[in-house]
Amino acid sequence: MSEWWTYRLSDLLMFSKATYFRLFELQNLALWPLQLLALGIGIALLIYMVQGGARTGRIAALLLALAWLHVAWNYFAQRYATINTGAPWFAIGFALQVVLLFWLASRKTEPRLVPPIGSLGKLGLAIAVVALAGYPLLAPLAGRPWSGAELFGLAPDPTVALTLSALLLWRAGPLLWIVPLLWCAISTATLVELRTGQAWILPVLALLAAGARLLTAMRGRGWGS
Amino acid sequence: MEHSTERRKLLHLMLAGACCAVCGPLRAAPAQLLTRPIPSSGEALPVVGLGSWITFNVGDDPAARARCTQVVQAFMASGGRLIDSSPMYGSAQAVIGHALAQLKHPQALFSADKVWIGSGARGPSQIDTSRRLWDVPRFDLLQVHNLLAWEEHLRTLQQMKAAGRLRYVGITTSEGRRHGELVKIMETQPLDFVQVSYNVLDREIEHRILPLARERRIGVIVNRPFRQGELTEALANKPLPGWAAEIGCTSWAQALLKFIVAEPGVSCAIPATSNPLHARENMLAAQGPMPDAALRRRIAADVARLT
Repeated sequence: MSEWWTYRLSDLLMFSKATYFRLFELQNLALWPLQLLALGIGIALLIYMVQGGARTGRIAALLLALAWLHVAWNYFAQRYATINTGAPWFAIGFALQVVLLFWLASRKTEPRLVPPIGSLGKLGLAIAVVALAGYPLLAPLAGRPWSGAELFGLAPDPTVALTLSALLLWRAGPLLWIVPLLWCAISTATLVELRTGQAWILPVLALLAAGARLLTAMRGRGWGS
Repeated sequence: MEHSTERRKLLHLMLAGACCAVCGPLRAAPAQLLTRPIPSSGEALPVVGLGSWITFNVGDDPAARARCTQVVQAFMASGGRLIDSSPMYGSAQAVIGHALAQLKHPQALFSADKVWIGSGARGPSQIDTSRRLWDVPRFDLLQVHNLLAWEEHLRTLQQMKAAGRLRYVGITTSEGRRHGELVKIMETQPLDFVQVSYNVLDREIEHRILPLARERRIGVIVNRPFRQGELTEALANKPLPGWAAEIGCTSWAQALLKFIVAEPGVSCAIPATSNPLHARENMLAAQGPMPDAALRRRIAADVARLT
């Protein structure tokens, strides 16, 4: 793109707010009742996080990998790509995270989900609850239909939000944070340009999770996996 | 003033007559539509067209596609002809193609698309993909989008025109970018159209591009007439000043469009909308009295004051 420095973020936005949110509605209508399975997986992840441990950590990594794979294929490649020429790149980014999560799930001793003890542990759980229960409420709170709810395992933002809480509780290393944090930046930029009230949610969750993780690293517990 | 208004009305009637002569049955309805001749051919073109950036990028959504079809229907039924798109606009080309198929391919259509790819060699295949998405036998106008690889693409487009596979050739830029380079291209290349940004607040083209286009007999298509909705949004709750009635405007959108199309060097302004009512309303800007130079100054001053 020539004279790229003269382009503003708004010049790159190629769809309207209505079109963007309508994608979730169309996805939900097309995939029903898969939402129930996604919700079940989300609740299972929450339970594993409360329990903690190595085996639950591996299962959680596997379930998250499946959720990311579904978002990469069904949302980015099949739906978002119809209105955003950058979507195939997002699908590739999510697929990379799938590989990392599968790799994590294959390890014998890691990842170990740390039981949510103390304020940092509670923060991890709180982020997971926002991802699972808070995100679906955003559509009706903004006056959009319930059928347009953003759900874990289907829509990118709640999927990334739940992953942030797992990364925090896993004490995951920097490699696993790269794609989720990049997506937080991209999604925030998009939602800011769409002038939606929910634009601040994902960056706040990301800052809390990454900040808490940095704190644990600085306290000498290291970066782990 | 009264005398000049009468003269304008007479001119509109003559132009509308010329317009009806080249158009299909859909075009007969609007009686006093202002058209301007394309400088290189003399073909009459209504001064208001239809853009598709953002508004027509609705993907596979059947409801949104149906609404876009209504927009095209309202636009064509009001006498509109030029619809503009680009491979850069996501699904917009496919959505236009869907609308045209639903409307049984209106004969009056003036199809304007762009080539937008860094490689000159890949231009022809992109153009063919665009043509299939629109489902038209050939484009009326193809433009090099944002001057990207313009030398190679202009060569391709000129060859297509020479072979009868294209009627007009153009080049585009937006938001005042690379006007210096555009001027050089206008001075040296045979062009039928340039497409540039122009609105009541962004008037840089008046200094060099409009005079040069007149001199070189190049038509001027105007994008971002509302600054991508920014102007209409800012003026939404502001009452229309008294002058609006003088030029038959019932909305700010019409006034902003009339400001643009009253400039004689402008061939066509291409507002984009996803609302069929707005499509009709925009077409009203091609009818009735137009603001003269003094009123255009007043409109510009009022808009600058209110936004």
